[in-house]
Amino acid sequence: MQSITLIVFLPLLAAIVAGLGNRAIGNTAAKLITTGALFISCALSWPIFIAFLNGSAEATVVPVLHWINSGDLQVDWALRVDALTAVMLVVVTTVSSLVHLYSWGYMAEDPSQPRFFAYLSLFTFAMLMLVTADSLIQMFFGWEGVGLASYLLIGFWYHKPSANAAAIKAFVVNRVGDFGFSLGIFGTFLVFGTVSIPAILAASPSMAGSTIGFAGMRVDTMTLLCLLLFIGAMGKSAQLGLHTWLPDAMEGPTPVSALIHAATMVTAGVFMVCRLSPMFEQSETALSVVTYVGLATALFAATVGVVQNDIKRVIAYSTCSQLGYMFFAAGVGAYGAAMFHLFTHAFFKALLFLGAGSVIHAMHHEQDMRYYGALRKEIPLTFWAMIMGTLAITGVGVLGVFGFAGFYSKDAILESAFASGSVPGTIAFTVGAFAALLTSFYSWRLIFLTFFGKARWAGSEHIQHAVHGDHHDHPDEEHGDSSHAVATPQVGTAGYHPHESPWTMLVPLALLSVGAVFAGMAFHHAFIDAEGGAHFWGGSLFFDTHLMHAIHEVPLWVKLTPAAVMIVGFLIAWNNYIRDPSALSRIVAATGSLHTFLMKKWYFDEIYDVIFVRPALAIGRFFWHRGDEQTIDRFGPHGAAYAVGVGNRITARLQSGYLNSYALIMLLGLVAAATWAMTR
Amino acid sequence: MTDFPILSVMIAVPLLAALGCLFLRAEGARWLALIATFVDLALGLMLWANFENGGAQWQFVENLPLGGTYLNWQLGIDGIALMLILLSVFLMPICIGASWRSIEKRVPEYMSAFLLMEALMLGVFAAQDLLLFYIFFEGGLIPMYLIIGIWGGAERIKASYKFFLYTLFGSVLMLIAMLVMINQAGTGYIPTLIAYDFAPSLQTWLWLAFFASFAVKMPMWPVHTWLPDAHVQAPTAGSVILAGVLLKMGGYGFVRFSLPMFPDASAQFVPLVFILSSVAIVYTSLVALVQRDMKKLIAYSSVAHMAFVTFGLFAFNRQGIEGALIVMLSHGLVSGALFLCVGVIYDRMHTREIEKYGGLANNMPGYAVLFLLFTMAAVGLPGTSGFVGEFLAMMGTYKVSTWGAIFATTGIILGAAYMLYLYWRIAYGAARTAEASAMRDLSVREWGLLAPIAAAVLWMGVYPEPFLAPMRADVGRLLERTERVTPAGDSRPTAGNPAAAAPAHGAAAHGAEEAAH
Repeated sequence: MQSITLIVFLPLLAAIVAGLGNRAIGNTAAKLITTGALFISCALSWPIFIAFLNGSAEATVVPVLHWINSGDLQVDWALRVDALTAVMLVVVTTVSSLVHLYSWGYMAEDPSQPRFFAYLSLFTFAMLMLVTADSLIQMFFGWEGVGLASYLLIGFWYHKPSANAAAIKAFVVNRVGDFGFSLGIFGTFLVFGTVSIPAILAASPSMAGSTIGFAGMRVDTMTLLCLLLFIGAMGKSAQLGLHTWLPDAMEGPTPVSALIHAATMVTAGVFMVCRLSPMFEQSETALSVVTYVGLATALFAATVGVVQNDIKRVIAYSTCSQLGYMFFAAGVGAYGAAMFHLFTHAFFKALLFLGAGSVIHAMHHEQDMRYYGALRKEIPLTFWAMIMGTLAITGVGVLGVFGFAGFYSKDAILESAFASGSVPGTIAFTVGAFAALLTSFYSWRLIFLTFFGKARWAGSEHIQHAVHGDHHDHPDEEHGDSSHAVATPQVGTAGYHPHESPWTMLVPLALLSVGAVFAGMAFHHAFIDAEGGAHFWGGSLFFDTHLMHAIHEVPLWVKLTPAAVMIVGFLIAWNNYIRDPSALSRIVAATGSLHTFLMKKWYFDEIYDVIFVRPALAIGRFFWHRGDEQTIDRFGPHGAAYAVGVGNRITARLQSGYLNSYALIMLLGLVAAATWAMTR
Repeated sequence: MTDFPILSVMIAVPLLAALGCLFLRAEGARWLALIATFVDLALGLMLWANFENGGAQWQFVENLPLGGTYLNWQLGIDGIALMLILLSVFLMPICIGASWRSIEKRVPEYMSAFLLMEALMLGVFAAQDLLLFYIFFEGGLIPMYLIIGIWGGAERIKASYKFFLYTLFGSVLMLIAMLVMINQAGTGYIPTLIAYDFAPSLQTWLWLAFFASFAVKMPMWPVHTWLPDAHVQAPTAGSVILAGVLLKMGGYGFVRFSLPMFPDASAQFVPLVFILSSVAIVYTSLVALVQRDMKKLIAYSSVAHMAFVTFGLFAFNRQGIEGALIVMLSHGLVSGALFLCVGVIYDRMHTREIEKYGGLANNMPGYAVLFLLFTMAAVGLPGTSGFVGEFLAMMGTYKVSTWGAIFATTGIILGAAYMLYLYWRIAYGAARTAEASAMRDLSVREWGLLAPIAAAVLWMGVYPEPFLAPMRADVGRLLERTERVTPAGDSRPTAGNPAAAAPAHGAAAHGAEEAAH
């Protein structure tokens, strides 16, 4: 048996055993089985990745089972392993196994642990099916499978209405993306007569310049197909317009946010664009759209992240923004850089989320940063882990010496955007640099509010509960609520003593910190170096060696821009949160409406509610009452009933009862019809 | 096997058992019905095992002249009929099991009605004679009418009346058309009629007459309003068989009659079918979103799902038709299972109002898992039967009409919305009534009803080949028959012109070559 088969199916097996065994096998068995399976998968994945790094591995496809066979459409269950898959394999299994371990501590008090771990493993299986897909339809299987797992995990605490609403929102908004993805698959099958990804990619160049009919229009074939598929990517990766589900997805337990809504599932859209990069290369229009959507998301999410008070929401918007970077990297043709950022981001963003989870754990379910402060000394290990994550995301480093993970990947993206020389590329560079400033600001703001300054715990209801012995049986943010009635936080500890997390939570933080510190330096040669990258990727994505050469040729000011904006962002945060904490309220007061606009997340939810949700319900009611009841029934069966009733009154005078009259009318009708038909 | 009249036996077993039930008390009737339906299930599996995929078009053929020129006992099945027969005999024991305790009054008559219906349903799929088909097709209405009218809910009379009126309207027109066809072709033998070329002008009228009947049975918008009422009032098993098998007769009719016998007219009416199907998906999905009655919600979702069938069938290509057939099988299983799920909690609380439930995942975890599985199958999640069917049907539709595919695909968004909203209100959140939180989880009997369907749904979703293979040759024959009228579609991609169109990253082409090394 090939190791890839084990890697993919062990988590499924574990999910089935833990899910169906549930209370029968107990918490410990369920945790051991799922976590064990994941660590085995992870241990088997790294050698594959290393083999591709060494150049000693070839792309392979392991067939599993026939799936759908309908004429030209031949779809098999199969596991594809190439360099691109190998990258995703290590990302998915590493983060997943660490999140499994972390959850031992984080979910320790939860009454439904087997269900939680079963869902986590099920998610991992679906994600692995996605990244090993050799056909668009298997990719779609994984795509929807991770959607299901995401739905189940966001709604894990299903007695909370907000969690249910968030879960449904995530599924339905993703379905909007899948609407495009599906149409894209249909169109691709129509054009190429196959859904096999290698076959489509090989045939794509010959379709450049072709036109196709769609919804009454005549459009460029490759542009249409790419854009339809990209709608799917936008949904899954929470890009502007279809992003609204991601912040709400924070209703799920924090380990879920780290695994699904930061490191893996949400990057599936980027993976898809990279996997299909030879296809996207055939349409300049599609790539421009990818670039603009990416940069718009990077900017939008960063602006919103600046004003959020819920620690998880800050990181969620940060994720959304970083995904935007990956997309515009792909849009300018730097797929290697996009994948590199995906890779490093997985480590440092999972680290930030798990660190946030550790803070929330320490602060007795409190998620509002306004009630944090001065935690640096109380939970030092968590503090240092968060610092590593923040240094990585803000891209701290010295050219040619050393840098944290984001230093290599984010700088490569900005430099590629500039080096591409195109109009979208130049805009992407400018906007990306500005968003990097915001990134630095909100990341340091998070650190300063949480770990520095004075303790403001007294105002928190959660802390009050903890101090007054009103003990919760349920863990962490299960009772979390980001909207507080209290407006002004009180300074003081209220006598509360935060406690550092158990080792099961600290070990994943430590290991992810290693990734956040070294992942960039260790792997930048393989991912983005002009020669190293071409060698490593080996045709598994479209690798533009010229562009990768060109990023070394950009002017010095371009190379220094990311560092400059990072420092400026840091200084603004420091000025407003450390040096003079009162400065901020003055700024907020001065920019009242802008602040509200950002707090309300650009009013997307409100607008969608007005133009989609309410009308759908209203139209549904209209069709039901006005359509079915008052039109179709009225003129259909009820009208007929009325007519028969009138007829009855007439025939009742001739006949003895109902039944006879019905029978007679039917019989006469049939005889007349038969006579007409036979004698015509 | 050749001499054994297996199809006749499959019809005779429930028929005789139906008679037998009338002479028994309640408990005896239950057991007799269960045994008879299991015998038919066993015979059905034998049929499947002995069916030669890709062999003769009509297998297990029987011919018993009844003396008349126009009406003969001619039976025989192709792969499509085989699959629908299997669906029927698979669901039947489950229906009997679902009625085991929930039907208290007139049990012998009830079981008798169900067995009679099974016999007639099998007859519909096995008949090779036009008038014989008609008798079975319309005869099936009578036991269903009785089941709703006698064992139904409070407004059963109104519902059964509406059901009867709608279906009768369609069938009268179809009977006239059938008589015209027999008159023209000189025979009522269906295989002959399938090869017979009716004049295109006549085809139009014949097609419309059949359409009236099948569209009501399907049901298609706007002749669907009987379905929600019938489902709401029918007892659980009645809903299962109504959604599971009776609705499939419309689709079967299109495949067996409309498409092969009137290909020109079918092609001519593609726009009509696609428009009605598009409206059905959007309209009934939105209506389903605002329902407060569980059964009504699932009934409306059935109308939306059946629109995938009409889309697929009238796509005139393999993916479309095979997809439509799989949707028929899948929907038979999934909606049947969903009605059973409703029945499980209805038996405990005697209300269909969604608002009265909530939080069932707490006290009924087993139920919550199965209900979730069927919910996901209903929204077409890959890995379940729903996906294979719907995806193929939409794929086929896209080849003919991108507009059609766009409307069809909105169904996956709206379907997710109304099904997950339903699931939330039933299984998640907090219990809204004390009775809801006191309900016990599935009994062994209820597991026995739902687990086989769950297995079938997953099997068809992960490895649909055993279900597709018997139908492959028949779909091929149907496509040959309709080949000359196949619509060209609106995509019509032109050949590419790579030389003229520069790649997005012109300078990069070189890099890609290097990378490929």
